[in-house]
Amino acid sequence: MRFRAKIVDGACLNHFTRISNMIAKLAKTCTLRISPDKLNFILCDKLANGGVSMWCELEQENFFNEFQMEGVSAENNEIYLELTSENLSRALKTAQNARALKIKLTNKHFPCLTVSVELLSMSSSSRIVTHDIPIKVIPRKLWKDLQEPVVPDPDVSIYLPVLKTMKSVVEKMKNISNHLVIEANLDGELNLKIETELVCVTTHFKDLGNPPLASESTHQDRNVEHMAEVHIDIRKLLQFLAGQQVNPTKALCMHRICRSGKKTLLFRVETNETSKRM
Amino acid sequence: MKCLVTGGNVKVLGKAVHSLSRIGDELYLEPLEDGLSLRTVNSSRSAYACFLFAPLFFQQYQAATPGQDLLRCKILMKSFLSVFRSLAMLEKTVEKCCISLNGRSSRLVVQLHCKFGVRKTHNLSFQDCESLQAVFDPASCPHMLRAPARVLGEAVLPFPPALAEVTLGIGRGRRVILRSYHEEEADSTAKAMVTEMCLGEEDFQQLQAQEGVAITFCLKEFRGLLSFAESANLNLSIHFDAPGRPAIFTIKDSLLDGHFVLATLSDTDSHSQDLGSPERHQPVPQLQAHSIPHPDDFANDDIDSYMIAMETTIGNEGSRVLPSISLSPGPQHPESPGLHSEEDEAEPSTVPGTPPPKKFRSLFFGSILAPVRSPQGPSPVLAEDSEGEG
Repeated sequence: MRFRAKIVDGACLNHFTRISNMIAKLAKTCTLRISPDKLNFILCDKLANGGVSMWCELEQENFFNEFQMEGVSAENNEIYLELTSENLSRALKTAQNARALKIKLTNKHFPCLTVSVELLSMSSSSRIVTHDIPIKVIPRKLWKDLQEPVVPDPDVSIYLPVLKTMKSVVEKMKNISNHLVIEANLDGELNLKIETELVCVTTHFKDLGNPPLASESTHQDRNVEHMAEVHIDIRKLLQFLAGQQVNPTKALCMHRICRSGKKTLLFRVETNETSKRM
Repeated sequence: MKCLVTGGNVKVLGKAVHSLSRIGDELYLEPLEDGLSLRTVNSSRSAYACFLFAPLFFQQYQAATPGQDLLRCKILMKSFLSVFRSLAMLEKTVEKCCISLNGRSSRLVVQLHCKFGVRKTHNLSFQDCESLQAVFDPASCPHMLRAPARVLGEAVLPFPPALAEVTLGIGRGRRVILRSYHEEEADSTAKAMVTEMCLGEEDFQQLQAQEGVAITFCLKEFRGLLSFAESANLNLSIHFDAPGRPAIFTIKDSLLDGHFVLATLSDTDSHSQDLGSPERHQPVPQLQAHSIPHPDDFANDDIDSYMIAMETTIGNEGSRVLPSISLSPGPQHPESPGLHSEEDEAEPSTVPGTPPPKKFRSLFFGSILAPVRSPQGPSPVLAEDSEGEG
C-alpha cells in the first residue's frame, strides 16, 4: 500500500484544513478512504437510536497537484485508514502559511500518516514541520460497512436557510429542550419547533425552495403544504451545524419515512469541490 | 530593603513573576548588592528559575537599611502573583510600584501607585529562609545555541500546549530539531501523534553543538521563560550537556538577567538494545533529521517495509541524575524561627539508578564538581527541605 500526495495551492490547503476541522468537530475518530480519484472521510456511528453517520467526498484533483496511491491489491485499489480526526486537523493547522504540504503513508515504529509542511520562513533555509499521525489500517472485510450510503427517495426535500442563522436559532433552543422537531414541506417552508411543559417555540422559515424531486410519480398526489416532521436530538444537530465552516453552495435536508415507520433525516452540503452528506 | 519600579518596568516585573509562577509555588525574594533577585524552584526540584534585576532597573534601590543585614524572604507565589495578576491593568493604570521589606514588620509591602491618585497596598506575609542557590555554570556546558526568542517561539508553535516534554537536538546538516517526546507505554494502543520541527542553522545566532547531540526537557517550564523573552524581545541561550545533566536557559539585557535551569532526561544503558541503531554507542539519543529538505522526499513510503529507526527511544524512564541541592546557609536572620541547618547526607529516597515514578526527579542543583562520566554515579549531597515548614 502506498500513498503520497502534495498540495501547493494556498486556497486548496485552506479548504482542506477547514474540512478537516469540520470532521474533527463531528467525531473523535474517522475513516479515511483513499482511492485513485477521490478522498473520503467516513463516520459511522451505529447507535440504536439517533446515531449519526457522515460521508464526505473530495475529488482529489481539486485539491492535490500530486496524488499517487496504490491500494491493498489490484482488484481492491483502495486504502481504508482509521485515525483520530483531531490529529489531522492539528497537523493541518500548522500549515496555515505553508509553501507546500505533503501527506504520505509511512511506517515509523508504527503505521502513520506523515504530514510534512514546508513553511515560509524569513531566513534562507526552510523550516519543516512533520507530524506523524498514528493510523490503523482497516482490513478488507470491514470495508462493506463503510460504503457510500444509498440515498433513498425522500418524502420531502428542501433547501436549508443560511446555516449560520439556523445555527444561532438552534443554539438558543438548546437551552430549553433536548429534542427538536423539524418540519418541512414541498412548498419551501421549514419549521424548527421545541416543546416543553411550559413553553413551545417555533421558528418559521419561508420561501426556501425545494430541489427538483427525483421521481415525480410518488409525490404527485402529495399535498404540497403537508408537513413532514421528524424529532431529533438537538445536540447532534448542533454538532453538525457547528462543524460547518465551509460556505456551501447548496445545503439541503431530506426527510424520509420508510414503510417500517423508521424516519431518517439527511443533510446534504455541497460546495464546489466537495460533497458531504450526513 | 526598599525599591521603586516605575513606568514600563512595572509590567516587565509583572511578566517575570508570571514566568516564575509557571515553575514553583514559592517565591524567594532576595535583595543583593547587584540587584533584586527573584527565585523559585519546583516541588520535585527538577526546575529552578531566577531573575536578577539590576539596581538600574529601579528608580530607587536600597538593598538593606545601613547597619542591617540583608534580608531574605520566601512568599507564596500565589500571593505575589495576585499583585501583578493583570498585566493589562499594570500597563494601563500603574505608575509606580514600591516594594519594601522591613526587618521589624513581618510583612512584605507592595504598593502600587496608580492613576487618579489610587494607591493599592498589599501586605504579604513572608517567611525567613535560606538563600535558594542552585549551583550551575553555563560555561561548563559544551553545547550551546542562541537565537532570538521569537524564533524559538515560532519553533514551539506546532506543539500542543499540553505537551509535557520535548527533545531538542542537532540533526544532519546542522539542522536544529525539536521533537515531541512521549514516554513509551507498554500497552500502547493509543499512540500519540509525533510532531517535529526542523530549523536551519541560519536561524540561530550561535550554534555550538555537534550533530547527534540531544536533550529532552520539560516544555511547559521552558515556555515560562520563552514567553517572557518574547515579550522583552531578547535573545535566549540554551546551554546543555549530556542527557541527564541540567540544561541552562538564559536571557540577558542591561537591566536584568534570567536563568532557568531544567532537568533533562537521562539515557539508560539499555539504550543500545533498541531498534537497530548504528553501532557507535553514543550516550545521547540520536535525532536524525528525516525532514531535511529534499526535492522529493518520497522514498520509503511503502508501508509494508520497516523504515530504519529514525530515532532511538530513550528507553523507559531509566534513571535520572540526582545531583545535589545545596542551600547555602548565608547569615542567619536573627528572628528566624527555629530553622535547622541543612543536613549533609543524601536523601535516602533518592538513590540513583532507581527508576523514578515517571517524572523528572530531583535535579540539578548540581555540584559542578561532580564528574560527568557516569550519569548514574552517586550524587553528592542531597539536602532535603530544610525549612521545616509543612
